[in-house]
This record gives sequence, structure tokens and C-alpha cells, in this order.
Amino acid sequence: MKLLKLIFKNSLRHKLRSSLTIIGIAIAIIAFGLLRTVVTVWNSGVDAASANRLITRQAVSFIFPLPASYRAKIASVPGVKEIGAANWFGGVYKDKSNFFAHMAVDDNYFVVYPEFIVPKDEMEEYKKNRNACIIGSQTAKQYNIKLGDQVVLEGDIYPGRWEFNVKGIYTPRDQNTDATQMLFHYEYLNETMLQQSPGRANSVGWYIVQIEDPNNSASVSKQIDALFMNSTAETKTETEKAFTQGFISASGAIITSMNFMSFAIIGIIMLVLANTMIMAARERTREYAVFKTLGFSAKHLTGLILGESLLISFLGGGVGLFLLYPLIEGFERAMPKGFFPYFYVEPITIILAVTATLLVGVLSSVFPIHRALNTKIVDGFRHVG
Amino acid sequence: MADIIQVNNLSKSYWRNSLEIPVLSELSLNVNEGEFLALMGPSGSGKTTLLNIIAGIDRPTNGSVSVSGTDISKLNESALAKWRSSNVGFVFQFYNLIPVLTAFENVELPLLLTKLNKSERKKHVETALNIVGLGDRIYHYPKQLSGGQEQRVAIARAIVTDPLLLVADEPTGDLDKNSADEILTLMERLNKEFNKTIVMVTHDPHAASRASSLLHLDKGVLSTNGQSH
Ligand SMILES: Nc1ncnc2c1ncn2[C@@H]1O[C@H](COP(=O)(O)OP(=O)(O)OP(=O)(O)O)[C@@H](O)[C@H]1O
Ligand SMILES: [Mg+2]
Repeated sequence: MKLLKLIFKNSLRHKLRSSLTIIGIAIAIIAFGLLRTVVTVWNSGVDAASANRLITRQAVSFIFPLPASYRAKIASVPGVKEIGAANWFGGVYKDKSNFFAHMAVDDNYFVVYPEFIVPKDEMEEYKKNRNACIIGSQTAKQYNIKLGDQVVLEGDIYPGRWEFNVKGIYTPRDQNTDATQMLFHYEYLNETMLQQSPGRANSVGWYIVQIEDPNNSASVSKQIDALFMNSTAETKTETEKAFTQGFISASGAIITSMNFMSFAIIGIIMLVLANTMIMAARERTREYAVFKTLGFSAKHLTGLILGESLLISFLGGGVGLFLLYPLIEGFERAMPKGFFPYFYVEPITIILAVTATLLVGVLSSVFPIHRALNTKIVDGFRHVG
Repeated sequence: MADIIQVNNLSKSYWRNSLEIPVLSELSLNVNEGEFLALMGPSGSGKTTLLNIIAGIDRPTNGSVSVSGTDISKLNESALAKWRSSNVGFVFQFYNLIPVLTAFENVELPLLLTKLNKSERKKHVETALNIVGLGDRIYHYPKQLSGGQEQRVAIARAIVTDPLLLVADEPTGDLDKNSADEILTLMERLNKEFNKTIVMVTHDPHAASRASSLLHLDKGVLSTNGQSH
């Protein structure tokens, strides 16, 4: 297009105004990217949940344990394939700000969570050692923990000083697999409890039930819960997805407002750019009259204005996206360690940001284009501005 | 000589809040090919309005305007735009150059709508700028030129497509006497040497005296006061 040069020259006419608009758009795109990343990271915890896993927990709250004896009964329900057990251990590693899950699990845990990949020889070593533990690769990297290292947890739910020997490091199978957990033998915890406070022994935090067919999740859940109806510890069985959602629902309001804010930001930059474009077009009313007089068509004027609007919005969007990655890394470092297990910019965030940039560019030019096209030539020449 | 412009029973009104403001009423006018017509009259008498209608950037309320055989009052917007781009050159009081474009680029603008390629366009632009005597200023921006020079760039832009008709609305209205003389000499040359038909609105009797004919417009009525007509 022969008018391309003019589009560039027009956008450079008010260098300060254009620069401020571009910086404004860049900041907005960064804010948008950050918010979207937090939202998607949050949701990916839910997405990572497998559809063929059920979680059986105490009906009142998942902080109350279930008897270890339930395992065999659950196994008898038709459609159940495998059962794993886990106890939330809590505890502090070195410092309270170090946040990653520590859980006591049975060996079947690694069967029902095939997305935690443990090398065969490491798994054998783990099984041989009573106080062995397996650590997610991300946590291992973050705290520089290596195979053979000693890891000490200061217990709170289970008081005392607990020593573990790192025998394995698991790697995540999928991008949204949690690679931060620290897992150790349920037996180690249980034996210690038997000695120290037998009343707390032989109890399980929750069961992870792998089922044959995800379509049967509702009926299998019902049958499991029916087994323990009217017992002292009734159960609530639901899909892992529902469980995870319940787990984070307390934060739901924050996420909803972040969602809303991320799109409100797009609305704001639209106003900023629209304002710039309206001012520019108003100043050029006479010039548009000249173009029309010379025989330039509506298509040409639309191209001129839309082109400039898109140029500015994409410059701003480009700068914003370019800075987003280093900023996300900085943001992650500034957060409590391991607070977000997997912090990365999702492709959908980029797609949304680019779409938003395009949309902002187009919509901001609608009003100035409409005005330029509908101003009669003679009125354009009589315009004083 | 053949009439190039035929205006018949032209009326023009503007409306402000459904109130009709009549500007021109039942006005007729013929301009010969090769004529250099000056149009004078008091402020608000409708000179600009008449010129704009003849040049196809405004529309008559009633009556017809035909230019070299085309009844332009019957053309639709896009046909009219196309007609303007190949038949009329415009010169304005305030030059109306695009400030971010160089003299060369300003003169090149009308050629962007033609099929000419880059080197052909360059040749035409250079020829036009040489005719107006600005061959050495082609990469200057409007604000680096004097008013007279800016007006000469505007004239180069008006003639670069080699139109039949030049319309000029107070082309010397914003210039000092010397610059105005240069512009008028240039227009005379375009009329005599390049056989352009020119219709020029002016307030200045001195400018009007350089034209080959003169008409007065007062209260929407034309009166002959010049050498011909
Ligand atoms: N686009 C328009 N809308 C409304 N009224 C207009 C418009 N153009 C001109 N007029 C009115 O029409 C009348 C004639 O205007 P015009 O500009 O043709 O006069 P003129 O003879 O060129 O005056 P001047 O010597 O001051 O340039 C004026 O009263 C003016 O206010
Ligand atoms: Mg006028």
C-alpha cells in the first residue's frame, strides 16, 4: 500500500503523545498478562485433575482422618481399579516461607498418579528404605536438594523432628503436573504414631480411588459412600476435579475479580487509544478533506486511520509482551517459594493479549473513521481546529 | 471557443436547524475553454460555494453543472471523486499541504490514485515542481518553505495530473505582494502556455486584473464587469 509511509509518519507526528499511548498499552498488556497467568495457573490445578480418579475423604471435612480399614472395603466396590492413600503432613522445611506439600503416602500413590515419573532404580531404593522420600523435580531444583541428601521437617500436625533421606526425584509428565510435592512412606508415619500416640495411628487422610471408567464416577462414588453410611466416619467421595475445586474455592472470589480486572484493563486501554485517535483525527479534519478532494476514497481514509491505530496498538502490545516474560519470572521470584507450583505464561494468555491488541486497535479507530468519512468536504475545509 | 463549464439555473441553500439559508439562486454561467476567469464579490456572497460546486466538491440544490460535457450534478460520490481526480486541480488560500510529507510526496499524492509506476510518478512530480520553479526544494517539508513556496507546491500538486480545469480560492489571500505576484505570473503562464482553464476567486482587484475575464457575485447574482461576457 502506497500510503504505508504516511501511516508511519502520521503516528510519529506527536511523538510524546504516541509514546505515552504506546507505553500505556504496554503496561496494560503486561498487567493483563500477569493477571491472566495467575488465573490460568490457578485453574490449571483443576485441569490437571484426572477424570478417572475419585477422592474419598471424611464427610465433614478433609482435615478429619479415615480408618485405614476402609481400604479393603473400598476395593470391593465394582469398578474400582486401584486405591492409594495419603496423609497431609504439614510441617516446616527450614523456614515457614518455604511452601510445598509434604505428604505421607502408600506405595500405591505412585500407581494412581502415573503423571509423577520416578526412575525405576530410585523407586526400588525408596521402597527399601523406611525413612526415604521422593521429591518433585521443581522443589529439588529450587532448594538444591539432591539424591542422598537429608531433608529435615519440623512437624506441626505430627510434632517432632522428622528426618528423611532423599531416594528419588520425580519429574512431571505434563506441563501442569505438580512437580513440587515431597512424598514419603505412610508406614514410617504410622509406625511412629503407634509408638507415640496410638490413638492417631491407622488413620488415612484421604483415599485416591482410580476407577475403570470415568463415566461411572457418580455411581462408584455413591456405592463407596453407602458402605460407610451411619458409621462414625462417614465418607464423601467425589471426582478429583471437584475435590480440587473445593480446595481452592475459598480463593474463588479473588480469582473472579482478577478475571474481571484483566478484561477491565483492556477496556481502559481501548479508551486511551481511542482518545489518542480521536484527537489525531480531529486535528486532521482539513487534511482528510484534502484527501477526499484529490479523489481518495473511503477505503483509503479507513486504511490511514485504522492503520495508524493498529500500528500504535501493536507497538504497545509488542513491547508489553516482550517485557511480560522477564517480569513474570521476577514476579515468581518475589512470591513465597513454591506458592504457585507451575508458573508459566500459557499460550492462551498470549493469544488473548494479541486478540485484545487487535481489537483495541480496530475499535479505537471506529469513531474517528466514522467521523472522517461522514464529514462533507466543504465542512472539513471550514473546520477550524 | 467551446464552453468548458456550463452552469444552468443553479441554486444552492444550506440548512441550519431546518432553517434554509439561500446562498445562490438561479444562477447561470458559461466559461470558455482556455479562459482565466476571476470571480469577485463581497464576503459571504457565495464565491467559494459556487467554485466548490463547479469543482465537484459540493452539490447544487437545484440546477445543473456540466464540465466538458459531463453533468457532474448527476454523478454519485465515488464517480464524482474519480472525476475530480482526473479533471480538476485545486489551489486553496491556505495551501492545504500535508505537513508530514515532503514537497515531492505532497505533489505525488494525486498520482497514487493512477496506474503510473514509481519512476513514472517521479518524472511527473519533477516536471510539475520544475514548472513552478521548485526543482531544488523537492525534499523540503512544508514548514521549511515560505508561504509563496508552499503555494507553488500546492499548484504543482494541482497540475501534476494535467487536469483541464484549475480552481483557485483566494490563492494569494495569505501572501505578501511579491509572492502574490509570482503566483499570479505562474497562473498566467499555466493559462497561456499550458492552456489550462482557470477559475479564480479573489478579493484583490490587482489579482483580478491578471485574469482574462471578470465576474462579480453579489447577493447570489452574477454581473458582468470584465473584459469579456
Ligand atoms: N458548509 C456550509 N454550511 C452552512 N453554511 C455555509 C456553508 N458554506 C457556506 N455557508 C454560508 O453560505 C454563505 C456563502 O459562503 P461562501 O463561503 O460561499 O462565501 P464567500 O463569498 O466565499 O465569502 P468569503 O469572501 O468570506 O470567502 C455564507 O453565509 C456562509 O455562512
Ligand atoms: Mg470564500
